Amino acid sequence: MPTEVKVMDAHEMRRALTRIAHEILERNKGAENLVLVGILRRGAPLAHRLSRLIEQIEGTAVPVGELDITLYRDDYRTHAVSDIGATHIPVDITDKKVVLVDEVIYTGRTVRAAITALMDLGRPACVQLAVLIDRGHRELPIRPDYVGKNLPTARQEFVEVRLEELHGEDSVCIRKPDEER
Amino acid sequence: MLTDLITLRETEPEDIRLLLDTAQSFKEILERPVKKVPTLRGRQVVTLFYEASTRTRVSFENAAKIMSADTTSVAAASSSVQKGESLLDTARNLRAMRIDCLVMRHPQSGAAHLVAQALDIPVVNAGDGMHEHPTQALLDMLTIRQHKGRLEGLTVAIVGDITHSRVARSNLWGLTKMGAKVRFVAPATLLPRDVHRLPVEVYTDLRKGIEGADVVMALRLQQERMERGLLPSLREYSQRWGVNAKALEVTKPDCIVMHPGPMNRGVEIADDVADSGRSVILEQVTNGVAIRMAVLYHLLGGEASA
Repeated sequence: MPTEVKVMDAHEMRRALTRIAHEILERNKGAENLVLVGILRRGAPLAHRLSRLIEQIEGTAVPVGELDITLYRDDYRTHAVSDIGATHIPVDITDKKVVLVDEVIYTGRTVRAAITALMDLGRPACVQLAVLIDRGHRELPIRPDYVGKNLPTARQEFVEVRLEELHGEDSVCIRKPDEER
Repeated sequence: MLTDLITLRETEPEDIRLLLDTAQSFKEILERPVKKVPTLRGRQVVTLFYEASTRTRVSFENAAKIMSADTTSVAAASSSVQKGESLLDTARNLRAMRIDCLVMRHPQSGAAHLVAQALDIPVVNAGDGMHEHPTQALLDMLTIRQHKGRLEGLTVAIVGDITHSRVARSNLWGLTKMGAKVRFVAPATLLPRDVHRLPVEVYTDLRKGIEGADVVMALRLQQERMERGLLPSLREYSQRWGVNAKALEVTKPDCIVMHPGPMNRGVEIADDVADSGRSVILEQVTNGVAIRMAVLYHLLGGEASA
């Protein structure tokens, strides 16, 4: 039986996102020129939530985009993904401060792909990275600017983020693999 | 799991849905100022065409180039085919140059199947005789789905030269698998002999055939494949079978009109339809690039996961 441990509930997730929203505003001295870009699938609802939180704090609406990185992955030859989303960014990102949003950062390869994908769409003034969970084990020199929770994990473990918009509840769980059979 | 794309008759409905969904996602790339994604970097795609083509060949090549593949185009008219080389020898020689995918069009039904069996790389049928043209039907289905939001339960009337049409056959198989009802509407001389064995409603009267239709697809009259005596005259054909604004009064009010191109204006389709708000003919062409990107993506990728 795989065991599952809940490490974040809905309240904790809301507080973590609220703190990240404040940090984004603090670092960028306001909401001006910001664009939040969520990496599909799970980064997109988080980007929309951060935009709403920033609007509540600052009174300024920040545009939100969604980025599909399938075509930029480095493992197409071994694992071609079937479920492909559509990129939609409602503004030109050139000269904007882009905050990439994802649910978990792990090896850093997804973020590498996302940065390449962004550069094909324009030349942002800068790119920052916000994640709900940093589970470690980076394979590339990539580091998030905003972290909801640092979560030490083993490589065999699986971190599952469930979101109200996609799964009907907000939670983060660590699943441990099956015991040796 | 897709390995080749030869017929829609033998393609699973879930694979058809996958290709349509993928193409829908890829459409956004066509609207970018820089139309280039790195996915197929280092892959070589060859288009081998034994018949004339503008749309299909350019569409496949552009799709491959947008995905960063390298493309080479071989037209039989200017190749060693003229020196008597057989289709299979030509295909095997191209493969010996380590190409990764072959897109081919050939006047013989079954030619793509034959080549696919001989090669260990993905082969895409871009039209084989009067048999199938799967990517055309896929782009047609994508266009219909964009306008109607679904395929299931729709009535699609395919009008004109059915006998010679691989587009009609591929659409019949594809649309039927996705839950649409297909009608063939044509003079008896332009209906295939085995039509009663196909899952299709047959009409030999234009108005009855398109009555209540959600989609009317006019086919090109393929005079180059025709024996004599199938038609009294072009003039009479266009009067009785040409899709014009008057004829369309009996369809559903929001009926769209399609044509796989190239159009014979004034023969199977009138200007007052081809250039009207109901015509989605140029959207079909744009969707064609997205569909071919999706086909290349799924055929050339690694083991499917996620």
